[in-house]
Amino acid sequence: MQLSPSVYVSGSDRDMLSASKPMRILLSSVSSDSHTWNLVFLQLFLEFKGHEVHNLGGCTPDSEIIATCEEMAPDLLVISSVNGHGNIDGERLIRKLRQNDLLSDLPVAIGGKLGIHGVEKAQHIDWLLDVGFTAVFEASSSIGLFEDFIKGVSAQLSRPEAVGAMS
Amino acid sequence: MRFARFVRAAMQADQLIVQPRMGFDSLSEMRAGLTAVRAANALSVGTITLDSYTRVGDHQTAALAMQEHRGLNGYPIVVYGADVTKGMLDGIQGDNFPIQVRHGCARPLDIFQVIKDAGIDATEGGPVSYCLPYGRVPLAESIDAWARCCDLIAARADEPEAVHLESFGGCMLGQMCPPSLLIAMSILEGLFFLQHGVHSISLSYAQQTDQLQDVAALHALRLLATEHLGAADWHVVLYTYMGVFPRTSQGSKSLLAESVRLARMGGAQRLIVKTVAEAHRIPTVAENIEALEFGSSTWQSLPPDKSAWFNFVLAVEIYDEASQLVNAVRNLHADIGVALRMAFESGYLDIPYCLHKDNQGLSRSYIDAAGRLQWHAVGRMPITAKPSDRHKGRLDPFDFLEMLSTVEQRFDNPHYSTALVGHHHNSVCRSLAVPSHH
Repeated sequence: MQLSPSVYVSGSDRDMLSASKPMRILLSSVSSDSHTWNLVFLQLFLEFKGHEVHNLGGCTPDSEIIATCEEMAPDLLVISSVNGHGNIDGERLIRKLRQNDLLSDLPVAIGGKLGIHGVEKAQHIDWLLDVGFTAVFEASSSIGLFEDFIKGVSAQLSRPEAVGAMS
Repeated sequence: MRFARFVRAAMQADQLIVQPRMGFDSLSEMRAGLTAVRAANALSVGTITLDSYTRVGDHQTAALAMQEHRGLNGYPIVVYGADVTKGMLDGIQGDNFPIQVRHGCARPLDIFQVIKDAGIDATEGGPVSYCLPYGRVPLAESIDAWARCCDLIAARADEPEAVHLESFGGCMLGQMCPPSLLIAMSILEGLFFLQHGVHSISLSYAQQTDQLQDVAALHALRLLATEHLGAADWHVVLYTYMGVFPRTSQGSKSLLAESVRLARMGGAQRLIVKTVAEAHRIPTVAENIEALEFGSSTWQSLPPDKSAWFNFVLAVEIYDEASQLVNAVRNLHADIGVALRMAFESGYLDIPYCLHKDNQGLSRSYIDAAGRLQWHAVGRMPITAKPSDRHKGRLDPFDFLEMLSTVEQRFDNPHYSTALVGHHHNSVCRSLAVPSHH
């Protein structure tokens, strides 16, 4: 489990957590991954935490994810994938998102079983952060860490002066 | 019929056929894996699992990922084509070792063409079962595509070289679908295959949360198949639990052993196994062989009595419910493909927790106090719900996670009652475990 420095929740940000505001979150799998139980759970979880969730489901082409981001301008994009291709599909997707002027600063998290060799060989985590993801969660990450991340993004959105730090 | 012949011989010898999930992007690894399965100390069928890019028809990305050595999660059969695949299988596939291609593709005509041209014995899927759980191809398109695929492999009932086709209908979404709907889907897809001239078929059922309910379900499935699929040559294939899997080696093996007992008591001829690696990653060949041999030796050690665990009341209940679903759909239209499309449009069939746009999404299931799957809501399906008091109103994500993890918890912690643990608190410490390998 790693987070990029920009979303580590610092001491002063912790005070903001209780003030975090509901977000509009876009949830999706990647183009080659058909699994959906992960998406069903994440939707229930994020809604339970008070956020509005638009769930694009499984096997979503990059173009549909990007078009939906442009249209709904979400506060956060959450990508979940468990078929082992998440590192390939995720890299391709995030490069396209970061090249898009409207979406270059959008907080984007990816999580799940992202490679075919299991957690012990998960070299792709640093790589995925390098190519533009805001946070990367491997399958062994706890839901508590994901929740901290969500709170962190929400808190930063509540502070206009901190928005720049997200990029 | 080659496949059916092999199954019949096994049945006559009172042997369970075991089968892994296995797919590699390199020809040598794929061949080595199949060779190892063939040599295993178990009566086995070989599996070629296709990669996810091939499943969605993105052969270009599959080819590119191979060039860049990025590692595919299966065998890209269309990229390789029929000749190369035939060569890879040379000397491996045979009368005593049939091979099945497994994918998960809603528009698989190119895959079927390679299967036919390469002379592969069997494949699996179906117009609904390979569409609704697998992404965003519209159901009507999948039904058309599967009709063309069936037409491609259609053969006379006594054709010795016919390709065998398994319905994945009894595995919808892997977990949380009550048995009656799983059985109805298997029967309806079997009828679809038969209508399009495919006679050698198998009907699937995935092990769910309760042994007594599952044994009853398999009996109901066989009775319905006798009634509706008399013109086909069919057998029943059981899947070891496909939901969130135990993490411990002991828990995994106990669950696999329970599925072997279920195959015995429910009368399944073939078992698709899971390995101890399931909760963690795609299994190695060695882990697959271990699972096949463990399944096979468990079968040998079972007592000959098959009548244990049969609950007549449960079987009748499941049979009645599945019958109502099958008959309601058959009454919609004489063409099963049209009837299936109309059934999902009208909500006569409605898969719980399925995100596909052509599924109404009005049904909801739960696990009752006895550990059995029940309907909390049935939407517009012509059956009756038994709503749960506990799951009133909006579904709590942690209740949901607890249901998904019921089997995993029972097998990993056999002496530990989850009822004693505050589920909200407990779940925060639990990792984001989700079922991953169909």
